[in-house]
Amino acid sequence: MDKEFAARRRRDLIIAAVLAGIAALTPLFVKDVVVQNILILTLMYAGLSQSWNILSGYCGQISLGHALYFGLGAYTTELLFTKFGVLPWFGMLAGGVVSALIAMGLGYPFFRLRGHYFVIATIVIAEIGLLLFHNWDWAGAAMGITIPIRGDSWLKFQFLRTKLPYFYFALALCCLAWFVTWWLEDSKWGFWWRAVKDNPDAAESLGVDVFNSKMGAAAVSAFLVAVGGSFYAQFVSYIDPESVMGFQFSLLMALPAVLGGIGTLWGPVLGAAILIPLTELTRFKFGGSGRGVDLIVYGTLIVLISLALPRGLLSLFSRPKKTGAAR
Amino acid sequence: MTALLETRGVWQRFGGLVANSDVSISVGRGEIVGLIGPNGAGKSTLFNLIAGVLPPTQGSILFDGEDVTQMPAAQRCQRGVGRTFQVVKSFETMTVIDNVIVGALVRNTVMREARRKAHEVLEFTGLAARADVLASDLVPAEKRRLEVARALATEPKLLLLDEVLTGLTPTEAQTGVALVRKVRDTGITVLMVEHVMEIVMPLVDRAIVLDLGKVLVEGKPADVVRDPKVIKAYLGDRHAVGA
Repeated sequence: MDKEFAARRRRDLIIAAVLAGIAALTPLFVKDVVVQNILILTLMYAGLSQSWNILSGYCGQISLGHALYFGLGAYTTELLFTKFGVLPWFGMLAGGVVSALIAMGLGYPFFRLRGHYFVIATIVIAEIGLLLFHNWDWAGAAMGITIPIRGDSWLKFQFLRTKLPYFYFALALCCLAWFVTWWLEDSKWGFWWRAVKDNPDAAESLGVDVFNSKMGAAAVSAFLVAVGGSFYAQFVSYIDPESVMGFQFSLLMALPAVLGGIGTLWGPVLGAAILIPLTELTRFKFGGSGRGVDLIVYGTLIVLISLALPRGLLSLFSRPKKTGAAR
Repeated sequence: MTALLETRGVWQRFGGLVANSDVSISVGRGEIVGLIGPNGAGKSTLFNLIAGVLPPTQGSILFDGEDVTQMPAAQRCQRGVGRTFQVVKSFETMTVIDNVIVGALVRNTVMREARRKAHEVLEFTGLAARADVLASDLVPAEKRRLEVARALATEPKLLLLDEVLTGLTPTEAQTGVALVRKVRDTGITVLMVEHVMEIVMPLVDRAIVLDLGKVLVEGKPADVVRDPKVIKAYLGDRHAVGA
């Protein structure tokens, strides 16, 4: 039985490596900038959703306020860069740390809430964050921050003539988030998180530190999402409160995981691979005149999938359940 | 040798309701003690106080020579208190083995060792064949068994069993009894709350009867069942006279 389990873990790792390898080669064949753009966003959201999945999928603390950490990552990086000349790479790290600390600070009061009350709190907090940035003059308020263009440079992580560096960074982020999940899945934290999700009282009775489990999950999740936010800010080179902290980011992190299979290793990647191209393509095809069409399409899709496969698309692939004889 | 568990003058009030009043009991090492009493006697409350779900309003609880009155449940588990729940609380989306690994992680920080320990416990409790099944797919008797397995994986000194034998068929209950004996034979002290007298009484070394939140009688099971006070508590005044 142990061997079977170890083999499955190895198999996951090999599949991931192969997929990452294939993904890394796609720019050789895909020269179209629009398609490259969609690929970059898909990889980014896969990584973000994978990070969201750590807190909300594994640990069961459903957050619809992760846009806050995404925005904090973006703002920390760009404020440090434009005001103090700190390179985005350090800003990225700083953004991650700031977000992780804020996630734990918020967790301190809010992890006492259970179920729906927690979800509502996350939405409200993210909205408050959005309002604060709207009114914070030093951070550009509603005008936002335009990232000064200094020419293509890895050091400053900005590229005008090619999207490839962004593509590879998004791929790296996605791989990192996946690998962190894979690694934590078979660790004390992974088991603690799933126990906390399924039954906090029973977890407590088995020596699980429920509160700190949630804090740990929140910190890891917020850190990775903030790195994604930093990346996005560099990628679009202009940020304002709505464009990095709007509620739609919270949704776009949650939906791929929910669609693919919440609390699973492969769910977020699978969900993002379907949802993001679909969103981007419909948006591209129907342009400004049909702004609602993409929303209608994936709204319908999610309703259908949640009706047919409540455990996500991934449940299509799950092995037939073993039912050994009862003793 | 000192008792493994001792409660000293424990009171628990919920608003105007007194669930436990001045309860002082002790459980010696290696004993199987039954905590019995009619519905509403305060058994479950006392049980939760010992497990650390909430601190008592008044009084103190000593475990293994240490005052644990204010200690939360998770820390008590680390000290060696294992428990099951009356209403089973399996980790439903996890497999049987994963459920048990959660318990095993208390004393094994390396995953491979925790997994090995969990397999050992499943073997011991007779759930080995069901290791890879989701907990939600178990039948009720197996779920009860999983509760015990999970608690055993924490390597407790004291195992608190909350009605693990209730609601089982006679055959299932008999295998349950055998399991409890086997647990005790490994040196674990057992305190069990139970309703089904005819199953518990032959099993326990000592019985403590609670009624209306107080300790009514305690002693050898054979003596306890004949005690007029116990019969009165369970069946009413009329029956006590004839006893």
